[in-house]
Amino acid sequence: MSIDEQTAARVAKLARIKVEPEALPALAQEFTNILGFIEQLNEVDVEGIEPMTSVTPQRLYRRSDVVTDGDQQEKILKNAPDAREGFFAVPKVVE
Amino acid sequence: MSDLTKLTLAGARDALRKGETTSVELTETHLKAIEGAGALNAFVHHTPEIALEQAKAADARIAAGDAPDMCGLPIGIKDLFCTKGVPSQAASAILEGFKPEYESTVSQNLFDAGAVMLGKLNMDEFAMGSSNETSVYGNVVNPWRRSGDEADLTPGGSSGGSASAVAADLCLAATGTDTGGSIRQPAAFTGITGIKPTYGRCSRWGTIAFASSLDQAGPMTKDVRDAAIMLEAMCSFDAKDSTSANLPVPNFEAMLTGDIKGKTIGIPKEYRMDGMPDEIEQLWADGTAMMKEAGAKVVDISLPHTKYALPAYYVIAPAEASSNLARYDGVRYGHRAKLDAGDGITEMYEKTRAEGFGPEVQRRVMIGTYVLSAGFYDAYYNRARRVRALIKKDFDDVFATGVDAILTPATPSAAFGLGEMKDADPVQMYLNDVFTVTVNLAGLPGIAVPAGVDANGLPLALQLIGKPWEEGDLLNTAYALEQSAGFVAKPSKWW
Repeated sequence: MSIDEQTAARVAKLARIKVEPEALPALAQEFTNILGFIEQLNEVDVEGIEPMTSVTPQRLYRRSDVVTDGDQQEKILKNAPDAREGFFAVPKVVE
Repeated sequence: MSDLTKLTLAGARDALRKGETTSVELTETHLKAIEGAGALNAFVHHTPEIALEQAKAADARIAAGDAPDMCGLPIGIKDLFCTKGVPSQAASAILEGFKPEYESTVSQNLFDAGAVMLGKLNMDEFAMGSSNETSVYGNVVNPWRRSGDEADLTPGGSSGGSASAVAADLCLAATGTDTGGSIRQPAAFTGITGIKPTYGRCSRWGTIAFASSLDQAGPMTKDVRDAAIMLEAMCSFDAKDSTSANLPVPNFEAMLTGDIKGKTIGIPKEYRMDGMPDEIEQLWADGTAMMKEAGAKVVDISLPHTKYALPAYYVIAPAEASSNLARYDGVRYGHRAKLDAGDGITEMYEKTRAEGFGPEVQRRVMIGTYVLSAGFYDAYYNRARRVRALIKKDFDDVFATGVDAILTPATPSAAFGLGEMKDADPVQMYLNDVFTVTVNLAGLPGIAVPAGVDANGLPLALQLIGKPWEEGDLLNTAYALEQSAGFVAKPSKWW
């Protein structure tokens, strides 16, 4: 399958990565190459095979449904690029 | 004592217990070795104050006579592990300045056992790469060079800093992580030992996520005994990782007898690739002969879906990465792009991620986004997961016939030159993981053991693949192989 520039731009948008228009042709070509490699998977007969969700048959561990930590506002905000008055600060979201 | 940096973990442990040296002395010697090895670019965050403090505490513990095996032993930690108060940025610009407020379970386990952290080790950005050329810190250089040639070689990746540091005797051992071969391939390229345990043995908590269903931590060490010692210290059941295995962790070192009489070793015919260099073919044949001489029964086996492992991996790993890396949005930690007037939150996300992620990470996040997008989810992602089930079944079937371990080459070549793959298609680089990636998809333990050198004097390794949860047995088979191969070469110091 060949990926066109429009698809490449759509994928970049979905991934929230800014790609300059002049970079799109090369990106589309890379996607085409990688997806071409992946398309070998179409040769495999997967009829009746369930998609694997876990490599080990064990059930996921469930801890007791109780509060185990919290009250760490300062620690949580410590690495934020912009934190004010106990909150993460971001550009205006709602008009 | 003579050169303390040449010791193994076991040798240093024994020397400490006999009082022949101290952890402080060991630590200071290694810190000095690191200072003189800037040319390798292996250590990227130095923590000498923490190291000396830990060393003093370890010496007190040893003096009190109640010290675990790792107590007082100086090691390096891959930058992927969150270490409290110490930069932990997965070699990415997007985590610039990030200092975790918590400690990863694996590094905490090591510190609880008394290990000393010398610093953080370089790697491929977010562990995505096979040559350590995608790091924001710059390339790591392999201490090995081709004979009569001064060209810089790759140490492999993604745990390239760990591999280079251990091979160059900058630390006694290091932590690595392995999603598609990131412990075993760099170990092979640098003549050291690296084991990826069964998925679930090491907690993933606090290890920066790449592909959660494949990621496993493991030790990178100078020999198999050291791998056994350090792996035991790293493993634990952890309620903070829902995929962590609630199984007892055996004393792996005690299982190293070197006796593999009566064991059955499988040789998979699908690993004989077209265009495989003669030297790799020969190494594999030699390894097979060694297993036989050691008393093992060698049988030909078939793993029919091997060919589809890499394409399945390059759907599943990017899909999981695109989801895991969605958290890097410029809000909670790390880098945020400078915004222009009128930019809203979407522009903030897009600019931050374009500036913060390098080209390979961007490529994989976008491939992952594509294979998970509406209309392609079944065709790519679900199909890859079904193929993954078949790859695991291949191994299950072989083990059900009584095979104890599988012997394969670790890599399709020796270390290549830095920059040599610069113009190659990304898919060419992905082929480095052709022998290792099946093991991650099936969740199995795998170990790379140095077994010979090529015509240029560069190390080559064999891989042994074991049954789930049987790392002890696998390590013992690797120990027998190590003894037969008798690999002792070291890189000559040029840095």
